[in-house]
Amino acid sequence: MVVAVHLAVVLAWHLFVTLGDVPSYVMPTPEATLAAIFEDYNWLHNTMITTGEVFGGYLLAVAVGVGLALFFSWFRQFESTLMPLVVSLNMIPKVALGPIFIVWFSYGLGPNIIIAFSISFLPILLTTARGLREVDPDLIDLARSLRATRWQLFTKIQLPGSLPYIFSGMKVAVVLAVAGAVVGEFIASEEGLGYLMLQVQVTMDTAAMFMAVLLITLVGVLLYGLVLTLERIFVVRDARVE
Amino acid sequence: MPEERKIEDRSPFIRLAGVRKEFASRGEKFLAVSDATFDVFEGELVSMVGPSGCGKTTLLKVLAGLYDHQGGTVEIGGGHAFDPGRDVGMVFQQALLLKWRRVLDNVMLPAEILGLPVKETRERARDLLNMVGLSGFEDSYPYELSGGMQQRAAIARALVHDPKLILMDEPFGALDALTREKMNLELLRIWRESKKTVIFVTHGIAEAVFLGTKVVVLTAGPARMADMFPVDLPARTLDVKTSEQFGEYTRRVYKLLGME
Ligand SMILES: Nc1ncnc2c1ncn2[C@@H]1O[C@H](COP(=O)(O)OP(=O)(O)OP(=O)(O)O)[C@@H](O)[C@H]1O
Ligand SMILES: [Mg+2]
Repeated sequence: MVVAVHLAVVLAWHLFVTLGDVPSYVMPTPEATLAAIFEDYNWLHNTMITTGEVFGGYLLAVAVGVGLALFFSWFRQFESTLMPLVVSLNMIPKVALGPIFIVWFSYGLGPNIIIAFSISFLPILLTTARGLREVDPDLIDLARSLRATRWQLFTKIQLPGSLPYIFSGMKVAVVLAVAGAVVGEFIASEEGLGYLMLQVQVTMDTAAMFMAVLLITLVGVLLYGLVLTLERIFVVRDARVE
Repeated sequence: MPEERKIEDRSPFIRLAGVRKEFASRGEKFLAVSDATFDVFEGELVSMVGPSGCGKTTLLKVLAGLYDHQGGTVEIGGGHAFDPGRDVGMVFQQALLLKWRRVLDNVMLPAEILGLPVKETRERARDLLNMVGLSGFEDSYPYELSGGMQQRAAIARALVHDPKLILMDEPFGALDALTREKMNLELLRIWRESKKTVIFVTHGIAEAVFLGTKVVVLTAGPARMADMFPVDLPARTLDVKTSEQFGEYTRRVYKLLGME
């Protein structure tokens, strides 16, 4: 059923282009898009670069988001003073920071990973902080009455207890990380799918641009699928938040 | 009452004398417990009854070492070594089972935190689940259990590290009346089998009298200890609840709480 719906969209796309007589530089057919993969644009390499940026920025976002939320849960006084700061910093359009990052980190993977990270870590921080707050205080007392260490408290109770929340933030963050990496490539890069799109835009190779978008989407789908799988494995059915 | 005298001969397991607990909130001091004074002997089941907000939970947390106290003395162990981490088991109003763990692994939680040998404790956890009537549910998840069954699992968890003292804070408060009656009888059985010292906090006056070898009555506004008396009932079966004796005890508590 899911597959059928996806195929129906592709079919509609095909019909729209052929029946509507849409010029191929405006919108190529699905076949033409797929054929673009045989053009020599170093697809594999560029896709790997983008994948690396997305995954790198994303993992960083998960680590920092969860870590910071944990820190705030341990030191509540920091939460009340620093959380508003984090939220206002988040209001800075990260895309606008791109040129600055180039000055700081020069061209390459680094700045793109950082843009992907900075754009995607807030939802993870917020949902994790929420999850940690939702842990029943009596449960914490139960563990404390057994003189649990802070680390035991985290690994046995707080972390597994907030996993459903962490995952809901992680799912939102996937799209953001992909967007961040690609925007980074638009601004400052010599490789990657975003960079490639700008290259082929000049030659009006719309089919290749569509192919690039398709590949970027697939990178996102892959990451999302990975996150979903991990959620299935680690979060017990009853504890999942949708 | 020979059984009672036998207990009184020993030095008390818990001795509370003039225990006072204040909370400082927004610069003001709030007195949550004042002058709690009573003894608990080893193997006793002491019920603590009182209206909402009179400091029952606070006193339990002082006993568990979760709160410090501002006055008086708290002595636990009756002269023997007492490690408040290892020797206390707690049961709360909510079962507080970890949703992502199977029942057996939930019962194992204290053992993991205390670093007890896994293999032996697992055996013990199984035995305890059997004792609380949950054999066959070791591999179930908490959401597959009823409220009463979850609370049984929580009791097994409180016993798994073989603590000397069990602190129960309204453990059956969230259960329906029928299940609650059943759990009362279960608790008496478990208490007799495990020979633990239990402090049982409740809102229920009848429950307090029915379960306790001793009843401690607290009153609110200001929080203070109003009375403490031993309960001498011929048998702890449901019949006894309709007896004259039982009625006298409950009337005594009602009177103290200003309800008569
Ligand atoms: N951590 C705290 N900080 C400040 N005040 C507290 C704290 N815990 C409890 N109190 C106050 O102390 C009083 C006693 O609370 P406690 O929870 O011990 O009552 P309780 O007898 O257990 O009530 P209930 O039967 O409703 O559970 C209450 O007035 C409560 O507001
Ligand atoms: Mg209470």
